[in-house]
Amino acid sequence: MRAKLSIIAALTLLAGVGAAQTRDTLVIGFQQEPTGLDPTLDSTAAIETIVAQNIVETLVQMDERGQVKPALATGWTITADGLTYAFKIRDNRKFHNGRKLDSSDVKFSFERAMAPDSTNPNKRIFANIATVATPSPTEVVLTLKTPDSLLLFNLTNAKAGVWAKETVETNKVTPVGSGPYKFGRRVTGDRIVLVRNDDHPDAKSVRLREVSYKFIQDPNASVAALLSGDLDAFPNMPAPEMLKQFERNAQFKVAVGTTEGEVILAIHNGKAPFNDVRVRRAIAHAIDRKALIEGAMFGYGTPIGSHFPPHNPNYVDLTGMYPLDLAKAKALLAEAGHPNGFEASLKLPPFPYARRSGEVIASQLGAIGIKIKIEPVEWAQWIGPVFRESQFDLTIVAHVQPYDLDNYTKQPYYYNYNSPDFTKLWGEILQATDPAKQGELFKRAQRKVAEDAVNGFLFQLPQLGVYRAGLEGYWLSSPGAAAPLAQLRWTR
Amino acid sequence: MTTSGGWLARALRSGNFLIGAALSGTLALTALVSLFWTPKSATAISIPHRLTQPSGEFPLGTDHFGRDVLSMLMVGAQNSILVGVVAVGIGATLGIALGALASARRGWVEEVVMRLTDFSFAFPAILSAIMLTAILGPGTVNSIIAIGIFNIPLFARVTRGSANAIWAREFILAARAAGKGAFRITLEHVLPNIASVLIVQATIQFALAILAEAGLSYLGLGTQPPQPSWGRMLNEAQTMMFLAPRLAVFPGIAIALAVLGLNLLGDGLRDLFDPKLARKR
Repeated sequence: MRAKLSIIAALTLLAGVGAAQTRDTLVIGFQQEPTGLDPTLDSTAAIETIVAQNIVETLVQMDERGQVKPALATGWTITADGLTYAFKIRDNRKFHNGRKLDSSDVKFSFERAMAPDSTNPNKRIFANIATVATPSPTEVVLTLKTPDSLLLFNLTNAKAGVWAKETVETNKVTPVGSGPYKFGRRVTGDRIVLVRNDDHPDAKSVRLREVSYKFIQDPNASVAALLSGDLDAFPNMPAPEMLKQFERNAQFKVAVGTTEGEVILAIHNGKAPFNDVRVRRAIAHAIDRKALIEGAMFGYGTPIGSHFPPHNPNYVDLTGMYPLDLAKAKALLAEAGHPNGFEASLKLPPFPYARRSGEVIASQLGAIGIKIKIEPVEWAQWIGPVFRESQFDLTIVAHVQPYDLDNYTKQPYYYNYNSPDFTKLWGEILQATDPAKQGELFKRAQRKVAEDAVNGFLFQLPQLGVYRAGLEGYWLSSPGAAAPLAQLRWTR
Repeated sequence: MTTSGGWLARALRSGNFLIGAALSGTLALTALVSLFWTPKSATAISIPHRLTQPSGEFPLGTDHFGRDVLSMLMVGAQNSILVGVVAVGIGATLGIALGALASARRGWVEEVVMRLTDFSFAFPAILSAIMLTAILGPGTVNSIIAIGIFNIPLFARVTRGSANAIWAREFILAARAAGKGAFRITLEHVLPNIASVLIVQATIQFALAILAEAGLSYLGLGTQPPQPSWGRMLNEAQTMMFLAPRLAVFPGIAIALAVLGLNLLGDGLRDLFDPKLARKR
């Protein structure tokens, strides 16, 4: 009996040691499956998360706290007028197809994004670049038309990634970059597998040989997959109520961080009755954020009063601008000519935060006579008719890009806000070289969109992650949409 | 022929019928009461009361939005009955008309109608309902239409089968000899004689319609929020299984009891209507 036990013990030990030595794979669960993998075609956040800093490299990248750090560029200089950025780039990078990366690839990628027929979702950023010069294979000089103090921030995005020109057409299916991971394979509807790029100069410090992103839409199925060991991590749990059981489970770690995602009740500003600022302010007065966060997010999430994340140093708390006041909301509606309220539709994309917030918002707006018809839509129906074609009254969605307050200058944009004052203000922000002055302008910009009650500003989306104990090196928060894999490792 | 007194006596002796009638009656009564009164509002969100345990104030507790589960179940019964009645109504009206037509005309009309029903039986009913609501868009009305449409071939087939047997009887021959047309014979002789079969079929289809509506709502294709629906309550309870299992248990019990009740009622009615069984007892 004793011998038997010790054999079992020895075997268990062996198995444990074996696992510790061989565990160099990871399966990450995602709710949303991206249609393609080319961030220059599609702004879906999941693409950015998979591709940025993993497959494709950018001149500069963001760290966990949102600070800009060198990446492909080892350093840069900016002229005093803020118009010329000179980058020194590394000469030890190779694309996944084996070709060496040099400054001409930066020029190609940027000029492709700047081209008139560019499909880049961030085309506007590139529109301000006058020329991309390459004095040598390791030097890139960007000349801007007007100063853009957010340029470096925007260059951290995979949409400003450096791609190989010979494979750029197939990036949607098999993206080729120079990052520490390369595209492995894809099983549509199931998973995308990335494998370590052993030719990368930092490959020795990259521990995980293979990382799979597995797509599981149903929150229950994702919990079951975590518990059964099919998944090692779910960085963005869609159902906050499920965190409780993992908090009690020693096999898992629950990580609550913040994201750049501002959850907004987007309002079609170009359409009656929402083109009347009084109606939008009435909506703002009817929203009870505390109850919303409690009811829809089980208390996880920080209320916001404008389109700006609370963790940003230039954040100003505007949640008090429209205190919950149903009488005032009704008075504003009456003043705008809707004493008995009106009917409106609320289209909800398939994210639990949106669907649940939608029910609470519908009930809160019902209290001032706005009769909401809830219409759940699939993601494709959201991106198409709602986002691209502006066919909606109200919708709820999280905007996850850093500094996406600039969306309010976009013409046309799905919520159809058009304010020359705001556009002018944003122009000043981009030209501000002094951080203190820029900070002040950011605060004014937040105030401006809050005063115009462009959208209903709800809460900052929390990052609710569940990770198997022993996995380390992940980011608690998502300053961009990036989630780098290179630092991940198993400690047991 | 049995007298009405004998019918009643047999009804009282039939366990199936009694249990079925009691459960279905409760369902109907609950829905009726909920039209005028529920303990609390079934749609009012009250965040401070979220996920409370069953208590005097909330007999079955509250859901994640603080809505009273008992009131939601009551209003959900309304929804189920509405879907059942209208969907079975659509299916029965069109299905019986088609079946009776096929039976009265025979020949190519019967061939066409019956091959069409065969064709529709080739698709699983719930799948065709999902397809229809996907095309028409989610919502109570569209799910009623979808469920109604998949009921049509069922009624057509049952009607035609039973009617064919009636058309072969001597009294039909007599009616024909008296110069009555096919339409009058169908109305005056055929339908009254197959009514019992159709009522039984309708009761069972009613139960299936409730189940189908719950299924569609569970998938997000049926009744849309904030209107309560048993299927959607189940769906919403899924992620809270570990936190508040009662949220899934109560609507589950409601669906099970309603479907069980209607099935037993259907069985009971069949026993009562069946002259062969009546003679045996």
